[in-house]
Formats: sequence, structure tokens, C-alpha cells
Amino acid sequence: MDVFLQLAILVGCAFYAVIAVAQAGDSGMAIHGWFFLILFVAWIVGICMRYGFGAPVWDQTRYEDGIIKWGVFATAFWGVAGFLVGLVIALQLAFPNLFYFEQFGWTNFGRLRPLHTSAVIFAFGGNALIATSFYVVQRTTRARLAGGLWPWFVFWGFNLFIVIAATGYLLGITQSKEYAEPEWYADLWLTIVWVVYLLVFLGTLWKRKERHIYVANWFYLAFIVTIAMLHIVNNLAIPVSFTSSTSVIVWAGVQDALTQWWYGHNAVGFFLTAGFLGIMYYFIPKRAERPVYSYRLSIVHFWTLIFIYIWAGPHHLHYTALPEWAQTLGMVFSVMLWMPSWGGMINGLMTLSGAWDKLRTDPVIRMMVVSVAFYGMSTFEGPVMSVRAVNSLSHYTDWTIGHVHSGALGWVGYISFGALYCLTQWLWKRRRLYSYALVEWHFWISTLGILLYITSMWVSGIMQGLMWRAYNEFGFLEYSFVESVEATHPYYVIRAIGGGMFLIGALIMCYNLWRTARGDLRAAEGDVAEADARPAAAPAE
Amino acid sequence: MSTPDNEREIDAVSGVETTGHEWDGIKELNNPLPRWWLWIFYACIIWAVIYMVFMPAIPGLPGAEGATRGLRNHSERVNVARDMAALEEARSVYFSRLTEADLSEIESDPELLTIALAAGESAFGDNCATCHGAGAQGARGYPNLNDDVWLWGGTLEEIRRTIRYGIRSEHMETRMGDMPAFGRDELLSREEVNDVAEYVLSLSGHSEDAAAVDRGAETFAAQCAVCHGDNAMGNRDLGAPNLTDTDWLYGGDRETVRETIWSARNSTMPAWESRLDDAVITALAVYVHSRGGGEED
Repeated sequence: MDVFLQLAILVGCAFYAVIAVAQAGDSGMAIHGWFFLILFVAWIVGICMRYGFGAPVWDQTRYEDGIIKWGVFATAFWGVAGFLVGLVIALQLAFPNLFYFEQFGWTNFGRLRPLHTSAVIFAFGGNALIATSFYVVQRTTRARLAGGLWPWFVFWGFNLFIVIAATGYLLGITQSKEYAEPEWYADLWLTIVWVVYLLVFLGTLWKRKERHIYVANWFYLAFIVTIAMLHIVNNLAIPVSFTSSTSVIVWAGVQDALTQWWYGHNAVGFFLTAGFLGIMYYFIPKRAERPVYSYRLSIVHFWTLIFIYIWAGPHHLHYTALPEWAQTLGMVFSVMLWMPSWGGMINGLMTLSGAWDKLRTDPVIRMMVVSVAFYGMSTFEGPVMSVRAVNSLSHYTDWTIGHVHSGALGWVGYISFGALYCLTQWLWKRRRLYSYALVEWHFWISTLGILLYITSMWVSGIMQGLMWRAYNEFGFLEYSFVESVEATHPYYVIRAIGGGMFLIGALIMCYNLWRTARGDLRAAEGDVAEADARPAAAPAE
Repeated sequence: MSTPDNEREIDAVSGVETTGHEWDGIKELNNPLPRWWLWIFYACIIWAVIYMVFMPAIPGLPGAEGATRGLRNHSERVNVARDMAALEEARSVYFSRLTEADLSEIESDPELLTIALAAGESAFGDNCATCHGAGAQGARGYPNLNDDVWLWGGTLEEIRRTIRYGIRSEHMETRMGDMPAFGRDELLSREEVNDVAEYVLSLSGHSEDAAAVDRGAETFAAQCAVCHGDNAMGNRDLGAPNLTDTDWLYGGDRETVRETIWSARNSTMPAWESRLDDAVITALAVYVHSRGGGEED
């Protein structure tokens, strides 16, 4: 049943792709039509070959782990791709002619920048969230993923969306909404995938064999539900035609700006915060083998975070055409958000109490704990920057870029790396990682890289803010804009070095994960198996 | 099987009771909310309420137009208008002197000159540097303003006129000179264009083809001399450059000169009259004039 329905959806999409190819209103749609056609047909053929026409039987006594192995691979792959593009555009900012060719429009910063942001947020972060959520929800409900073949639909469908989005950016297809650049057809496809994701997750919770729902699942669920809402509302658009790659957003003017930042800020709040708190709530206690610090704190900070975050978006529009009362709203809710955010930090850090020695002995735990520390720092910096007086200095400067990256590299990156190390070891059933020394290298190179990145952007950003507002004694601007650009050059070089170090760290991790999955143990590190923190392999245990 | 709530246990390490739940080996301690956390959270909420009392915050209340203005009666629009007015007020003293002063007086009055240079440098950075460079050094197609080569004249009055009305702009008073695209519009053949280019190069001693120079000289006299002059020294009334020097706006190599004659350049500059006020335009003229190549009347 589930296979037939899925095939029907895919055949429908392939049929649309044929029309898109035949009637394409523009060259971008023609290329994407072919993309869709080839990928959907391959997908249909793959399902038919795999399952023939007999109804597959899903063994409910076993967890669905194959999909999570793919997720680990996809997360690592997109992570490296996204970091690499980030390094390229960081270098382009420092040396504008680098990797820029007049005859290749796609090498332009303007096209590579959304490629970077989408690759790291949605491709790297999204795959990490899908993989870990599928892993965690099974373990903490002691039930196999619901929906038979549908979880696979979620995984491949999401990655198809990423390929369409990424190629679209390079082809110049964009609806020009930050972090929501993909055009209407990619958005519609993602909506289908996301609703299926929600149903799979809810279905698994529904058939759980535990009485209570574990806190990590609250966060995952909040993430899935809210992202669905944000995605649909922000992307409401009317296509020019059903075979055109262009559409018109239904929102206009300041309403569009506010909708955009309601979306944009809550992408941070519910994608990059709530979802990754779900990762934290499973992997830190599991790896540290310690109970979660406070159940009550997890309840209170969950509900306050969910309630308050959704109102904070207008702080992106201080000193704009947005009415001042709405700016006030965004600002006070951002300040009230400080402690709810820190609730997660406290629960993450204090879970280590009684096991602090593991910071020294287990670099994976150290990575996740440093991740939580970066989370705490970013979620303090955020409310500070939302204060209008501070924002008048910080907005539109590199300070914002530094803030985002202390959250992105430190918090999102490190908690995901920690989860990847754990998942690789556990899914491939290895006694330990291939090499802890390499995890140490990864940790220290990346941490130095992050510090270079954020400190250079702090200095550069505050310098820009001060230069832009400097007046001379006659009431004229002290510096022209181009002088502030010139002054930032050394910091852009330092930032690129920091980003490069982060990329090197990720490559070391990929090597380590690959050797671990192969079953290798680095001989020099002896044959000592760590204490077995491995989760149960099957619901029946 | 899940653990019933009444099977709570004491965590040996911390001595704290668990909630009795367990998922995949993960338990939860029943620690209370940290007091400092709770009190800071309350403080933030109280601060938020106070801020909303003082600042614009609540929309849609009866009697309040748009939204409440708060006890501070705050309005960013009002503040901006006030700041702009204050700035204009502060500037008006010396701006009126700049506007009223005779151009030639400004450079001999140390105080006026200081003001003009400060205003000019600032306005140059924000408006002119995009094309002419932060140091007014120019770029391909955008004249260097530090040297003594002037297309339209280098006196204070001429510079001010150029800034005010622009070059080939939409302003009625704009500076206008229109070089035909000799090749593209089929006024000259490819060979003739090449010969003229050869002649132009010879004027600054860069040609090696004497026969082509001779042929080009004839065409030049017939087609180009009317603007560039019989001696090719140029004509500032038309913005026709001097072709005998080694200063080139687009480049003095053979290919570029051929292309210039073939397609013409006719680069433009906006009229700043509608964007900058008179005092700033005057200050810009003084600033540019002071860069090194300014000419006296």
C-alpha cells in the first residue's frame, strides 16, 4: 500500500517533469525539468527493482537503521561541500577576483553565497536532523520508524530538494528571499516531503512502547511542525506559469520584510536551535552515561523557548519602515528569550556533573560540551544585539556574520560532529572510533578556526559600525564606504584562514568516520574498548 | 518495559532523585530550576514590561493613533527629522558662506578653504569615489582627477559646471560632445579606421607604418579635425581630448585606439545638481581643484 501510493506520487511528479521539459517557459525550467525527469524515473525504477511487485514486509522487531547510515554519509558530504563553498566566498570577499570568471556567471559571489548558506543549513544541518531524529525517536520509543518505505521517501526527497535548490542557485533561479531562495516548484516539493516527515515522526511516536515521550522528541517535533508552518507562509507565491521557473511572492513591502524575518529568525530558532537541542538531549547523556540534569528545567525551558522565539523576528528590522511598536515587540521578546535559551545550555552542561573527567578522556564529549558553550555564548550575544541601541552599531556589519558563525560553526557544527562520531561508531557496531587522536586534531584545529573566525568578525564588525557613524567637526562623514571596505581586508583574510581550518577539521573527521565504518582501529592507540555506551540494537532488547 | 513513576531512585553520584523515567538507558534527575536562572528570567520579563510602558509598543488601542507612543513619547521619524534639521542648522552658517562666496575667494580664505576641503572630501568619498576611485586616481574610462589633463577644463568654475550639470547627462545644461561611431555606423571602412588609428598613434610617436600614417592624416583632416583640431590638440568645448599627449582615458595601445574610433566612447557623468546642494557642489569643485592639477582662470 505505502509502496503503491509512493509510486503514484513519483509517477505524478515524473509526468509533471515531462510537461516541464516539453513546455519549459525558460532555460532554467528546461534544465530542472530534465533533472526532475531523470531523478524521478531513476527513483521509480529503483523502488520497482528493490521491492518488485510483492508487498515488502517491515520487520517490526528491528530498527530501521539503513536510512540513518545514508544520513550520516549525506551529512558529512554536504557538510564538507558547504564548508568548501563558504571558504571560497570568504576568499572572494578578501580577494574579489579569486575564482571569478566573467564568462561563468555561477562563479559570482551572489550565486555562491546562497549555495553556501543552503548547503550548510539545509543540506548539512537538515540531513543531520533527519538522521538523528530517526535514530533518536526509534531508540526512545522502542519502535521501528512508522510508515514502511515513507522514511526513505523523506530522506531521498529532501536530498532531491537540495540538489534542485543548489543547481537552481548556480543557474540563477532564485526568488530572492534570504534562506528561502528556491523557487515555487522546489518549495512545493519540500512541502510534500516535510508533511511526510511529520507523519512518519508522529506515527512513530504514536506506536511507542514507552509511556512518556522523551524530551529530545519534543524538540524534534517542535522543529518539524514549526518549519512546516514557516516554510509554507513565507513561500506563498504565484508562479508566472506552471512551466516557468519564476514566481511572484504574495507578500509585498514591509509585510514581505516582516514575513521574511519571521521566517528567517525562526529558521534559526526552530531549525538550528530546537532541532539541534533534540540532538543534544539524546547524544550528550548517552555518551556521558549520565542522567539529564533537570527534568523540570527541560519542561520549562522547552515551553518558554517555543512560545517566546516565534515573536523575536522583528529585531532584524530595527530602524526600518517596520512600525516601531513591532520593533519593540521583537526586541523585548529577544531579551526575554535569553534564559529560556540558557535552560538548554544548563541542562546540557550540568548533565556532565559526575562525569567531568570525560572532557579530558573523550574528545567527542568535549566537542559536544564546547558546542553547548558556544550555544550559550551565541544565545547571550543574540539578545544583546537585538537591543536597538546595540543594533544601531552592529546591524549590517560583520558582527552579525561573526554572531551567526559562532552559533553555526560552534553550536550546530560541533553538536552534529559529535552525533556523527557517535552514530558511526554505534550504527556500524564498532568497539570504538578508528582514532581518538584524529578527533583531538579535528577538535583543536576547528576550535582555533572558529576563534579566528568570530574574533576577526567582531573586530571587523565593530570597526565598520564605528567608521560608518563617525562624523567630523563639520558634520560630514569621516569615512567613505569604500574606506571601510579597505579597512576590513585583513580581517577578511583572517576569517578565511579560520574557515579553512574548520574545513580541514571536517575532512579529518570524514577520514576518521570512513575508517571507523570500515572497521579499522588505529593500531598505535591500542585495543582498549571504551566503556560500552552503545544503545540498544533492537526494540526487543 | 518502562519504569513506573513510583520506581524513583536516587542517583548515586549526585544524590538527587530521578523522575523514574528511562529511555534507552537515559534517566532524568529531578533537580529544581536553578534559582539564579529563574530570577534572571523574571527580571527580563519585568524589564520587557517596563520597556513597553515607556516605548511604542501596543497597536490598535482606542485613542492611540497606530500604536501607543509610550511614556517617552518616542518616535524615530520625529528624531530623524530633528537630527537632520539640527545638522542643516549647524552647517548653514558656513554653507551659506560657501554658496555666496566668489569662487576665487574660497581658496584664499583659510577658514573657508578648510571647510570646503572637509565637505568636499566627505562628499567625494560618498558620491564620486565609486567611479573616480577613493584617491581620485581614476580608472579606465573614468578620468584621473589628480593630474593636469582636463577634458572639459580645470578651472574652479569649469569643474563646478561639470559637477553641477554632468557630462552627456539628462540635464539641459549638460556638457555635450558626440563622437560618431565611425566604423560601426559605416562612416569609415575598417582600413580607414586602422589608418586613422595609426595616425593618432604617430602623434605621440607610437607608429611605425609611415604609409598608413599618411593615409590616416588625410582622413583625420576630413573627419576628426573638426572637433579634435587641425593639430589634434583637442577642444574643451566639446570634451574632445588632446591626442598628442600620452594620457589615455581608455588606453593608447593600437587595438584600443582602433576600437575607440570604431565604436566611439561618449562616457557619461550624472548631473549632481538635483542630488547635492549648491554648497556641497562648490566644496567638491574646490576639493577636486586642489588635488594637484587645478588651473587658474
